[in-house]
Amino acid sequence: MSGFTGYPRSDRRKGIRNVFVVAYLVECAHHVAREIVLGFRNHDVHLIGFPGCYPNAYAQRMMQALCTHPNIGGALLISLGCESFNNRLLREQIEATGRPVKSITIQQVGGTRSAIAEGTSFIAEHLPALENAERVPMGVDELVIGTICGGSDGTSGITGNPAAGRAFDMLIGNGAACIFEETGELIGCEHIMAARAATPALAVALEESVAKAARYYATLGYGSFAAGNATGGLTTIEEKSMGAYAKSGASPIVGLLKPGDMPPTGGLYLLDVVPDGEVRFGFPNINDNAEIAELMACGAHINLFVTGRGSVVGSAISPVIKICANPETYRRMADDMDVDAGRILEGAAELDDVGAEIRDLVLAVADGARTRSEELGHQEFILTYKSFEPIGPACLPAAE
Amino acid sequence: MTDRRLLLLNEKDNVLVLRRGIAAGEQIDIGAGKVETDRSLNLGHKVARRAISEGEEILKYGAVIGVATLPIEAGGHVHVHNVRSNYTPTYSLPEETR
Repeated sequence: MSGFTGYPRSDRRKGIRNVFVVAYLVECAHHVAREIVLGFRNHDVHLIGFPGCYPNAYAQRMMQALCTHPNIGGALLISLGCESFNNRLLREQIEATGRPVKSITIQQVGGTRSAIAEGTSFIAEHLPALENAERVPMGVDELVIGTICGGSDGTSGITGNPAAGRAFDMLIGNGAACIFEETGELIGCEHIMAARAATPALAVALEESVAKAARYYATLGYGSFAAGNATGGLTTIEEKSMGAYAKSGASPIVGLLKPGDMPPTGGLYLLDVVPDGEVRFGFPNINDNAEIAELMACGAHINLFVTGRGSVVGSAISPVIKICANPETYRRMADDMDVDAGRILEGAAELDDVGAEIRDLVLAVADGARTRSEELGHQEFILTYKSFEPIGPACLPAAE
Repeated sequence: MTDRRLLLLNEKDNVLVLRRGIAAGEQIDIGAGKVETDRSLNLGHKVARRAISEGEEILKYGAVIGVATLPIEAGGHVHVHNVRSNYTPTYSLPEETR
């Protein structure tokens, strides 16, 4: 397997990008943050943020995990000044990693214009060092790869998802940590999934995570199922689940994570994305990028995104590799797609061929090759309110 | 499968998946014989591999994906108009429910 390089970080992880992140800590600071980012359009300066004014431990933890993600080389935090988000705590957490960081409070610096000017000059000062930083050799066993499916249809579970699963198996064989998610889209396959758990206690935890999702969605009245799923031939949530489950491949499941938990070893992990306790803040993840944000908060360097209907999204922070399951969609939207998995349906390729192609692309993207969504400038990001209990001790393997 | 347009994912299944779109009135060979489709169907959709009775489980990937709410003829479109989830109801736009 060919080698690749990454950016070393103080927590011993390595990044595959050196992104300067600008984070607004309430919607009221969004415009200032966006204006700063727009001044660096052709650079890796990305915008993330949390819109809420009320305190939320999950959002605070997510922002910490994202601003200290291995793909991040520096951070600028933008506050209005009266919101509940703990700007100072986040700044100290980033500072402790040795990254350049500054927080700007719009009310203190005199308003929009001066906040934009201060933020712009801070990035201009630090960006050259980020862009000229040296890369060091990095191994597959230092990679964390996530997978998600969005805009699924009747082809997703036959081509793109199992091909992504084959790529996962190959990467895990070389020591990578791989994460699949969306427990609401595993409803109906909880028992077959639990049979792959590394320990009996983990099997119980996996089944409970899906039961929690089923209760949560039953309260909300809708499953994790969009109208376009039905147009594309999917009939029920359990049919969609069986297709989505194929993304996990065939490796043993070694752990269960919640957003912000880092996989302590290589191997396959399930990410539990459904909040704990009573239904409080609405749908667990209101769209695909909310799920990508959580995969990144678990350290995902790259996310594999399987689509049938034809999603175009990318993400801030971590590149998205778009795998198109549907050959008709691919012909219509090839410019947005990195992998044509639909040719499996037409008999032009086998699952293993496409799985190996995805694996090779992961390594090329890790080494700096740009994905389609990166080239097109996609940097979607969303973070909303949630609440979680800490993960149980039976859910994680011991660190190596 | 002898009909290259149809995909049998698991021997246990009572549905077949369309590998490409099929026009209304086309003949398809579902294995048990040829039937004429009564509507145009897009790729990724399902047809009944054999007659399915009301209340019968629908099997795809060898797993239960729902229950028939109406009798379905062999070769008939299997979708939201004649199948329900055992978990949460499916939300679809009105044109899907014909």
